[in-house]
Amino acid sequence: MKKLYIVYSLLVLMILGIAACKKLLPKAPKDDEILDGPVEGLTAEEKIRFLEGDRAFNNEIFTSETGLGPYFVANSCGSCHAGDGKGHPFTTLTRFGQADSTGNTYMNFGAPQLQNRAIPGFSPEQIPAGAAFSKFTPPANTGLGFLEALTDVQILANADPTDANNDGISGVPNYVNAPAYFIPKSHHITWSGKFVGRFGKKAAAIDLWNQTVNAYVQDMGITSEYAMLEPAINGVASPYGDPTPDPEVPSSRVQNLIFYLRTLKAPVQRDQNNSDVQAGKQVFMNIGCEKCHKAEWTTQKADINALSYKTFYPYTDLLLHDMGSGLNDGYTEGTAKTSEWRTPPLWGLGLSKNSQGGQYFLLHDGRATSIQQAIEMHGGEGQSSNSAYQSLSQTEKDQLIKFLESL
Amino acid sequence: MKKAIILCLIILSHQVFSQKDSSFIKRTPADTSKMKMNMDAVYNRPFLTAGKFPVALGGYLEANSSYFGTDGVTEGLSFQIPRLTLFLSSTIKKRIKFLSEIEFEEGGKEIAIEFASMDIELHPLLNLRGGVIMNPIGAFNQNHDGPKWEFISRPISATSIIPSTWSNVGFGIFGKYARNNFVWAYEAYMTNGFDDKIISNSESRTWLPASKENPERFEESSNGVPLITAKTAFRHRKIGEIGVSWMGGVYNKFEDDGLVIDKQRRIDLYAIDFNTNLPRINTYITGEWVWANVDVPETYSQAFGSKLQGGFLDIVQPILKRKVFGWENATLNLAFRTEYVDYNVGNFRETGGNISDHIVAIVPGISFRPSQQTVIRFNYRYHWQTDLLGNPASRTAGFQFGFSTYF
Repeated sequence: MKKLYIVYSLLVLMILGIAACKKLLPKAPKDDEILDGPVEGLTAEEKIRFLEGDRAFNNEIFTSETGLGPYFVANSCGSCHAGDGKGHPFTTLTRFGQADSTGNTYMNFGAPQLQNRAIPGFSPEQIPAGAAFSKFTPPANTGLGFLEALTDVQILANADPTDANNDGISGVPNYVNAPAYFIPKSHHITWSGKFVGRFGKKAAAIDLWNQTVNAYVQDMGITSEYAMLEPAINGVASPYGDPTPDPEVPSSRVQNLIFYLRTLKAPVQRDQNNSDVQAGKQVFMNIGCEKCHKAEWTTQKADINALSYKTFYPYTDLLLHDMGSGLNDGYTEGTAKTSEWRTPPLWGLGLSKNSQGGQYFLLHDGRATSIQQAIEMHGGEGQSSNSAYQSLSQTEKDQLIKFLESL
Repeated sequence: MKKAIILCLIILSHQVFSQKDSSFIKRTPADTSKMKMNMDAVYNRPFLTAGKFPVALGGYLEANSSYFGTDGVTEGLSFQIPRLTLFLSSTIKKRIKFLSEIEFEEGGKEIAIEFASMDIELHPLLNLRGGVIMNPIGAFNQNHDGPKWEFISRPISATSIIPSTWSNVGFGIFGKYARNNFVWAYEAYMTNGFDDKIISNSESRTWLPASKENPERFEESSNGVPLITAKTAFRHRKIGEIGVSWMGGVYNKFEDDGLVIDKQRRIDLYAIDFNTNLPRINTYITGEWVWANVDVPETYSQAFGSKLQGGFLDIVQPILKRKVFGWENATLNLAFRTEYVDYNVGNFRETGGNISDHIVAIVPGISFRPSQQTVIRFNYRYHWQTDLLGNPASRTAGFQFGFSTYF
């Protein structure tokens, strides 16, 4: 009889244990606490493709046997964009060689990107003497599909090259040469054979295809059908024949990865009903930040239904602005001037610390370690907003920061 | 090879088990005398012997189920058979023994000869050993049989820093000296060693288990420089055992076809292990800590750490020892493990900030032993894993239920 009680007790314990299983597992973070995850409304086929791209982006670690390098910056996409967020100085990359809009004169010397690491037995690339250079901290990936779905007409509608409205803000597009594999879509506009760039610190990439192919070959030394040559180093084509036949990644994987980037959700704002956040948003508008960091956009018909006719809030105009001498590194890309930078989207800003090792590394090269510093480093077209910020009361400043951290 | 091994085992098992006279088959239980040390683990196993048949047969099986989740995402319930291990041993001549351990991992996906040596005793203080040797680094690598442990998962440091079971082809000596309550023992071997994969792998970290993927490591050394492993240990009958060990050598292929292609790069592991049984309350405590220094090229990625460390501490408290369901001396234990691994001890060159890439875990559990050779285990595991940059840790937790038994 006693034995039976023990058996029954064990059975009850087992049932309770199974029932408690889920309760004792870590809970999922809230949707607004993380940057990764797909946009709503993907079909089953699109979700499968998203997952394929997710694996290529976050799980595929390249080694010298699978094509890494021999010269590289990072060995996976995810290592530069942890959790699809902003990067860290550890993976900040360096571009060099172009000092004006006439083009990069160091292309035969390994420009535009420095591969500052190398597999064992190889010496990494050095910046050629006299070459201008700038450092670029990896941006967040989220919501990129919405930005790509915007038409050139929508972007150019905010351009004001001559500052016709006399507000001190111009805003110009970066016109760049398209790579050979680029297939213009109906929403692209050509200008003397060039196209409007919208991705990258200098808006030098026309679309995510362009951006992804460059990242594969320039960041990791991974060739694809779209870029079959390893980067030249110090004027010499790579002497190393790695054991992986070119292309080192199939086109299908590149395309899946692009699809993943296109269908990552837009960051979700937190604490929208908080009175300080609301007051901070008003401060943001009052001191003119929104003139460049344009809050609201709406897509038109897109080839992915989940991206069509969607209103979203990236806080960017995707245009170049002169940010003054303090942020002029002397290096540029496309038709951008050396002091001009594309307005970075502010969405996801408050979650940046979660991908940057617990602290902020803001502006194009991560030189600002707080939002306040980033604002105070605005010069040129951003100077008036910076000055207005300086004259705010401490409460207003705090409200503004709280609003920006809610994004 | 797989078929040949299975055929041999069938023949052997037929010889052993087809006898009708049960007294013909004798079980030689594991020697549980207190003066056994970790280094004796290969001898301290139960075997079946049949009459004058010269070969003894033994082994163990592990099977378990697990239900884990990471940050709210679970793969659900799954069942595993992590290993079925077979032992063969034979006394060839007085003081000449053959011992082997062949492991079928995950249902036969991998078959590994983990141990196959001939031991020749010239004197208790001087024994020769040759063949496939388990390098005596730490304690777990040599003393890893599932039925000996109250935890389903092996310690992380003992599988990912010391890549247990880490065995190689080589030769060496070992010996023991006992007096009153003391035993002193030593082991020293030269074997094949690691290769370049430890810093060129898809884990994106210095990952010593990657060398186990090289199928040729039992045929030839990757670089011609032997890996040296040495251990010394002391045991006091009433206090416990402490061991200190070192394993070091060159891991990279520095020369190819007579040409020097890199400098010789060393790997050195240092470990300390201990175990004790507290008198009166009979609490069993065991632990191990390992440090690894790896010469990683300065120009390679800092994602691959040059210093690693980690260890574990297990506390097992018997709470019931009596006849249960007809099993004499059945034991019910409470168990607790805490473990830590840091795959990259150091600071970023770019920021001076700490490089993270570490795991902290706790594992409470309960185990039931109907006999000393069989354990039924229930573990709850919770671990926090922090990425290279030190971003918020991902949390993984789950339940494991299973058994492990010698047969």
